[in-house]
Amino acid sequence: MRRILIVGATSAIAEATARLFAARGDALCLVGRDAARLKLIADDLGVRGAVRTATATLDVTDFAAQAAVIDLAERELGGLDTVLIAHGTLTDQNQAQESVDTLRREFDVNALSVMALLTPIANRFAAQGYGDIAVISSVAGDRGRMSNYVYGAAKAAVTAFLSGLRQRLQKSGVNVLTIKPGFVDTPMTKDFPKGALWAQPDAVAAGIVKAIDKRRSVAYLPWFWWPIMGVIRSVPEFVFKRVKL
Amino acid sequence: MSGTSWGRYPQPHDQRLLMLRDRDAPLPDFTGTALPHGNGRSYGDSCLNSGGTLLCTRGLDRFIAFDAERGLLRCEAGVLLGEILDLVVGQGWFLPVTPGTKYVTVGGAIANDVHGKNHHVNGCFSEHVAGFELLRSDGSRRWCSAHENADWFAATVGGLGLTGLITWAELRLQRVRGPWLNCETHRFGSLAEFFALSAAAERDYEYTVAWIDCAARGAAAGRGHFICANHAPAADGPRPSRRRLSVPFTPPLSLINRASLRAFNTLYYHRQRARVQQALTHYEPYFYPLDAIGRWNRIYGPRGFLQYQCVLPPAAAEAGMGELLARIAASGSGSFLAVLKVFGTRKSAGILSFPRPGATLALDFPNGGPATFALLDALDEVVAGAGGAVYPAKDARVAGARFRGYFPAWQSLQPYLDPKFSSSFWRRVTE
Repeated sequence: MRRILIVGATSAIAEATARLFAARGDALCLVGRDAARLKLIADDLGVRGAVRTATATLDVTDFAAQAAVIDLAERELGGLDTVLIAHGTLTDQNQAQESVDTLRREFDVNALSVMALLTPIANRFAAQGYGDIAVISSVAGDRGRMSNYVYGAAKAAVTAFLSGLRQRLQKSGVNVLTIKPGFVDTPMTKDFPKGALWAQPDAVAAGIVKAIDKRRSVAYLPWFWWPIMGVIRSVPEFVFKRVKL
Repeated sequence: MSGTSWGRYPQPHDQRLLMLRDRDAPLPDFTGTALPHGNGRSYGDSCLNSGGTLLCTRGLDRFIAFDAERGLLRCEAGVLLGEILDLVVGQGWFLPVTPGTKYVTVGGAIANDVHGKNHHVNGCFSEHVAGFELLRSDGSRRWCSAHENADWFAATVGGLGLTGLITWAELRLQRVRGPWLNCETHRFGSLAEFFALSAAAERDYEYTVAWIDCAARGAAAGRGHFICANHAPAADGPRPSRRRLSVPFTPPLSLINRASLRAFNTLYYHRQRARVQQALTHYEPYFYPLDAIGRWNRIYGPRGFLQYQCVLPPAAAEAGMGELLARIAASGSGSFLAVLKVFGTRKSAGILSFPRPGATLALDFPNGGPATFALLDALDEVVAGAGGAVYPAKDARVAGARFRGYFPAWQSLQPYLDPKFSSSFWRRVTE
């Protein structure tokens, strides 16, 4: 049985993932901004088989409040061995180009808050000598593109942070998984036209659980984003700058 | 989420889709009319709202509470029946009523007051609904059950989503020992034989249904297989195949035509050599044989298909079914799986509930244009003449006057209709 902390638990991908854990009889602490929705999700997970559920509200950009929530999760679940960080906002690129306030807020939510959460969690897991850390980054962090480079830059920061953390924790028995979903059909992307590359949250969730269980380092979800991003990364800059992506 | 119906006819136009995700949230803003839309498994246009909005409920897919001692399940309206089975069968419970697909939502099952092969024992779906919350466009919420707001309950079960949005419901489940059923299949040669088999089996079997060879003519007319079953106390049995087939694309023409139809039906009839055959069967292939083939509705080609399901009162059942089958066989149209069942005598709770005493026949027709519509109009004449009815959940074409004749109480729904809710079906049959 896993004791799992999920931050950003009301997101579609996180909820779908939590259902898979619940069906296996894991214990879950759900963290998000909306207490009422957390309660609805916790009840659902309980029916699906979670041995224990707890909820806590947190605005992730309130860095000072983070530690108390991690303490609460540990207390409620009787320890922690798995953390899934799934919160994030899809940055409005045009707005972020115009406003430094937007830029900073987006970095706070999508990058800094993640690193801040991981700092005490990594230290606790290193001290206890076991644990799985899984973080939803994005394929957008693999290369900055004109259509969403502020979001991409924040995700790139997370990806780099995780890569370093993974090296550091490797010998402590703690695995760090970087999850890179492509296009996922969720409320966050509801205004986009959907094509063949779009995945459902359930499929991405199944990939996340599998990658955590197998203690993988990086998971592109669905898998075909790995070769796609390989190509996009390898395009030389003098060509890339002339492409509209 | 495509916002179409299972028969892929008619195709909706100018329809806006809004995904609901929170049962406690107010209805989203919309202009014009709205209609709740579950998993889009109604066949015709009762789940469509051309020129309006669909309130898509699949995002309301959370369980709320399950009392495994008493078999009481609370869940949101967008939960699929299959998701309920995945949860409860292992704990010794089953749906007391299930239609022929598990890919329908709880809200859809209530709004169409669906029935199953055990109608003669358990009645309609609504008999097992302890209650549900109805959210209206004016923001009001009502708990509706057979005792509380009973008039709203009667209007909403079978009410085709027109009385408001069902947000969540409480269901009473049925105890079972496991996922298996003892099945007995009898080959029969005529309708008279079918009715005799059905009458004899009703007392001893929870589930009775027949497959009928709708292509057979002359002496072979009315032949088929009668299948009766009970939940089995077996501790072990066959597992359902995990392989999932799917129709990958829509062929340019319907694959169901006169030749393939006759060949399939004849082979299927003769598949069983013995007159009676017994088997221990898992519930999935027993209740949901077509669910094993993903998107099977595509085999009817780009023009889609029309399902026709009618009921004929007991006195007229045998002669009327003979007449219907003769007309269908003569047309050369029809489907691989034509289904015949005798309903029980229990009164359905809903104003617009379809099941009533008598025999019901259901089959699909590829959309062959005017000839198909003329055939279905001719079938309507037989049904109306016999005092029967056609099932709105399956319908895409019945004339308004016919519908109003089939459901003479339709006007008593009027006071309960949500003024901002409507459907393509409702406008077609009432305006």
